[in-house]
Amino acid sequence: MTATLPVTAALALGDDALVLSHRLGEWAGHAPVLEEEVALANIALDLLGQARVLLSMAGDEDDLAYLREERAFRNLQLVEQPGGDFAYTIARQLYFSTYQHLLYAELAAGQGPFAPLAAKAVKEVAYHRDHAEQWTLRLGDGTDVSHARMEKACEALWRYTGELFQPVEGLDVDWEALDASWLESVAGILRRATLTVPEGPRSGAWAAGAGRQGLHTESFGRMLAEMQHLHRSHPGASW
Amino acid sequence: MNTPAATGAPPQPRSLESAFEDTIARDQRVEPRDWMPDGYRKTLIRQIAQHAHSEIIGMQPEGEWITRAPSLRRKAILFAKVQDEAGHGLYLYSAAETLGADRVDLTEWLIEGRQKYSSIFNYPTRTFADVGVIGWFVDGAAICNQVPLCRSSYGPYGRAMVRVCKEESFHQRQGYELLLTMMRGTEEQRAMVQDAVDRWWWPSLMMFGPPDDNSPNSARSMAWRIKRHTNDELRQRFVDMTVPQAEKLGVTLPDPELRWNEERGHHDFGTPDWDELKRVISGDGPCNAERIARRRAAHEEGAWVREAATAHAAKQAARASEGAAA
Repeated sequence: MTATLPVTAALALGDDALVLSHRLGEWAGHAPVLEEEVALANIALDLLGQARVLLSMAGDEDDLAYLREERAFRNLQLVEQPGGDFAYTIARQLYFSTYQHLLYAELAAGQGPFAPLAAKAVKEVAYHRDHAEQWTLRLGDGTDVSHARMEKACEALWRYTGELFQPVEGLDVDWEALDASWLESVAGILRRATLTVPEGPRSGAWAAGAGRQGLHTESFGRMLAEMQHLHRSHPGASW
Repeated sequence: MNTPAATGAPPQPRSLESAFEDTIARDQRVEPRDWMPDGYRKTLIRQIAQHAHSEIIGMQPEGEWITRAPSLRRKAILFAKVQDEAGHGLYLYSAAETLGADRVDLTEWLIEGRQKYSSIFNYPTRTFADVGVIGWFVDGAAICNQVPLCRSSYGPYGRAMVRVCKEESFHQRQGYELLLTMMRGTEEQRAMVQDAVDRWWWPSLMMFGPPDDNSPNSARSMAWRIKRHTNDELRQRFVDMTVPQAEKLGVTLPDPELRWNEERGHHDFGTPDWDELKRVISGDGPCNAERIARRRAAHEEGAWVREAATAHAAKQAARASEGAAA
């Protein structure tokens, strides 16, 4: 392994955590119940903690978060998906936390440079996955309205899930096996939640592996504009 | 508190009341199952609920900056703080519920404008320095108010305040530390801090409520030991605590009358604009409409989620009882 390999992987994993944390931060003060204000902020804070460790492995965390432009970010398109209702947020969390849990469990078991971070993070992510699973069950198997919203959200985000299993340079992972475990786990939860497992393609010519190559969806630029504005307005200032 | 009910004889109202008075006089705690005067119960429900509402509405002015925080460390601090505030709201609603209130009703009363929250959260956070000043002033003022409440005569409230105060003092130090960092920074950062101090000073002094000669509920609350100090005493304590911190920070407080009074051993200071306070608490502050609108929107847009959780829980319970019957 050459010295540059962990950087690529650290950016990929770090950007996933950073961007999803930011999107969860958009919920502050908007959650449907106070308990979810606590839970979503808690998850966001865990992810931000992971992002800080990972980005620091690749360089200066703030330079990387605030001074890179859209084309240099390596996060999955899934985590940058904006807004939507609570079902959309839960579907995004279900897909991502299941992936992250499987991936970190594998990295934690290995000897690579990410093993220590993964060993700590896998415990946090187990909680995130459980939270997403419980809400998928409540919304899917709740009222007709919540069922319809959850089904729609799962369907809408499905096309971003193939990208999760594009091999990342520097991560020694059996991606096909990871994908198969992910599909089994997610499909099992969706069925228990009385939801249909989406049948559409999990990636298309437009999405497959794109985020990892710095090709993002349109709203991502606006997200960065908001996130980076203050930092960029005061070059060199410390906060 | 021992009530005569423990003896098995039907309690007499007079003995209940004297037992309550006795508990208060001995500085002991009233607990949820104890008899208490209606006025005491109502005053506490109002005060605790308004305290809870303040925590929840207070998430907004700082929450504004989570997505714009200029470093990942500050972003993490903001997330943690907003999470703590939601947690404080939850403790306090639980404390109010021990008095027979229902969180659903209290939420309704907040978004209908029938119950109030702290006047301070009706002011806008215009720059990132506001985040630091809120930590320093607003959490500092909250600590002055709340530390004595840890000894409030009502047990659940006092115990909630112990947990709240620990976290609040942490927030206050973090706010002050942000300002110290900014004051060591660029010219623009220092100007940003001074500007925020100028805008938040007077509203922070108003957090302690109207002056003592115009504070209708104070005397009774003090007699019941729900409150421990008057509004003016606490305001003075806050000023005395904050002035040296301002000096250390290198900012000026926007009050030409502010000076040390050797004789009193306290700082003299100018008079807050009480008309402004009256306007703000009656709904006409800069952000009152937005704060309530946002709370209402979160509540209304979240209704389908709460209904789903209730429906799912009912289904689970039904399945469990079917399982048990089979």
